Amino acid sequence: MSDPAAWIALVPAIALAGALINGLFGRSFREPFPGVLATVVAATGFVLSFVAFVALQGREQAHVALELWPYLQAGSFDLSLGVMVDPLSVLMMLVITGVGTLIHLYSVGYMHGDAGYSRYFSFLNLFIAAMSVLVLADSFMLMFVGWEGVGVSSFLLIGFWYQTKANADAARKAFIVNRIGDVGFLLAMFLMVATFGTLNIAEVNAGAVGLAFGSGTLALIGLFLLVAAAGKSAQLPLQVWLPDAMAGPTPVSALIHAATMVTAGVYLIARTAPLFSMTPLASAVVAWVGALTALVAALAALGQTDIKKILAYSTISQLGYMFVAVGVGAYWVAIFHVFTHAFFKALLFLGSGSVIHALGGEQDIRRMGGLGAKMRITGTTSLIATLAIAGVPLLSGFFSKDAILAHAFTSIHLDGYGTYGLYGVLLLTAALTAFYMFRWYYGIFGGTSRMTAKAAANVHESPATMTVPLMVLAFFAVFAGYLGLPEFAFPNWIAHWLEPATLGELTEVPFRHPAAWVEWMLILASIVAAGAGLALGWWIYAARKGAPIRGLAEGPLARLSRSGLGFDAAYRALFIGGAEGTASGVAVLDRDLVDRGLLGLGTALTFFGRLSARLQSGFVRAYALAMFVGVGVLVILVAWMGVRA
Amino acid sequence: MGGPVPTEAWVALSAALFAIGAIGVLTRRSAILVFLSVELMLNAANLALVAFARQWAVAGTQVAMSGQTVVFIVLAIAAAEVAVGLGILVAIFRDRVSTDVDTLSEVRL
Repeated sequence: MSDPAAWIALVPAIALAGALINGLFGRSFREPFPGVLATVVAATGFVLSFVAFVALQGREQAHVALELWPYLQAGSFDLSLGVMVDPLSVLMMLVITGVGTLIHLYSVGYMHGDAGYSRYFSFLNLFIAAMSVLVLADSFMLMFVGWEGVGVSSFLLIGFWYQTKANADAARKAFIVNRIGDVGFLLAMFLMVATFGTLNIAEVNAGAVGLAFGSGTLALIGLFLLVAAAGKSAQLPLQVWLPDAMAGPTPVSALIHAATMVTAGVYLIARTAPLFSMTPLASAVVAWVGALTALVAALAALGQTDIKKILAYSTISQLGYMFVAVGVGAYWVAIFHVFTHAFFKALLFLGSGSVIHALGGEQDIRRMGGLGAKMRITGTTSLIATLAIAGVPLLSGFFSKDAILAHAFTSIHLDGYGTYGLYGVLLLTAALTAFYMFRWYYGIFGGTSRMTAKAAANVHESPATMTVPLMVLAFFAVFAGYLGLPEFAFPNWIAHWLEPATLGELTEVPFRHPAAWVEWMLILASIVAAGAGLALGWWIYAARKGAPIRGLAEGPLARLSRSGLGFDAAYRALFIGGAEGTASGVAVLDRDLVDRGLLGLGTALTFFGRLSARLQSGFVRAYALAMFVGVGVLVILVAWMGVRA
Repeated sequence: MGGPVPTEAWVALSAALFAIGAIGVLTRRSAILVFLSVELMLNAANLALVAFARQWAVAGTQVAMSGQTVVFIVLAIAAAEVAVGLGILVAIFRDRVSTDVDTLSEVRL
């Protein structure tokens, strides 16, 4: 532990301690204390992550492996639990603890007066602990521990207001859909043990590079990992849980369901980059799943009327972009988008939270509008985030999204799997993104108010604990992109920083390097797409005085979009209907056969019991007589039969 | 009369005492007398044990000691039982000013 970079291994322990203190003793603390404690814990995590980040700078081998404990030893299989500190995990830790600290701080104000105040912060710290285990793990086994841990904290926080059945149902839905992904994770681990005899991430990656390029085993492992990643990151066909997960408190949506946990799937694939670099087939499936998810979620976002559900579908869509990036082999680009997305999407959610807070719980954008003048900080920061996610040049989202588009266009790894198709889908989605985000912003902050006069009179800007995080996040939403300027013409820090951590010296994924004018044309195309989306949004919603806001919320296409393109209904018909039928059949069987049988048995036993109770007369001398007679009979029997030696 | 009393006589006496005790247990209603009869039965058994032990000793076998040892165990247990039993009896007597065992039938269904 003499290496400062290894101190980061303490983050999970500290966060767990914070969770336990608030969880066990929180009831006896006065209000701001649990929040302050949890915020300090998260900030400590950020400091330790930053120390590790600084310590790794300029090292030849920016990689510290810290073996903690032996865990499983069986024959030739030997698994120890340890921590891997490298550029990738440190960058993820910076995002998790940095954005996490801001959201803890924001929650101090947002959760003010809630009955479950300390419980909330206990869960939030538990999430930080689990997420840092996931990111820092050096083996898939330990990563799975964190993977399940974030699932549990997500479950607990979605169902935080569990007194409402809809919230509890949403929590269960998230948990159950995630189980499907977990099965994929387990199957991938089984296959890794069978193929490589180890679960250590570095060893698996090295072993994968040693196998034949494009081998079936690698493709299968990759596809199982994709199932796991799709569950956690809400990709097709497992995306259905994320919109419902908005039932949780808004800061939770910002931290867990936008900035950090849902990017775990992207992290998993980036972590196993060498394995995916050896199997174009699995990579292509990853990329196409991502592209279709991006498009489907963007279409679903068009018709939503809930301020948070628009953002939920937007998150799914942006995660789709990241999946395309890892699919085409641009691993650093995916993490770059994770990085920028964490800021502007957390900012969008926290801005929504600020609005919901000010309107006393109203979430329907049809009853908002014109809030920009009354909530200047929230409005301005939300505008910055909206422009960033829409891909307006020089803001963070522009650089990361453009990098994904460019890499999809120039991919060699996926030659023969329709890379231009990927590019086209993503470009269309970029325009849709700009469009629905304009609708989101203008519906809330722009135009004239559609609120009742009473609600409008109560609107107020949120307290400083909420606006300060907004401003900090806005700063990063603007400038985070400058860490990864287009490679062909500018210095690019983040690619240089992440490349050794994802692919290492093991392997490389090639890209075409077209002429500079082609690269400029690609950038121009994304600018045009973003501009077209924003312009269309302005024309429909602003120039035509918002009438289509009502129009878009009605009609068959809008209803299809608002239902998330009918996935929930299809799953209900395909799986849930059958399961419910079976369950009610089993219930009948249970009630009429098992229950009645057991009840009958009980009745019969009672009857015999009453019969034999008659023997107990209560007269001591009768018992004595019975005893003597019994002994006498025994003696006679023994005498008659003789004693057998 | 010469020579030792034969073992058969001791065993017959023991059987008679045991029968008297058993009849007492069955016929007496006073708990004290039931108790007394039980003691009689125990000591009838003790008498049989020492009688057989003596017969073995006459035959010159080392096993003779075991019968007498058992008697001591029986005596010790009987003493313990008396202590507990009399305690219970006193408690019952305090409760109902009678030790008639036939009235102690509350546990009947």
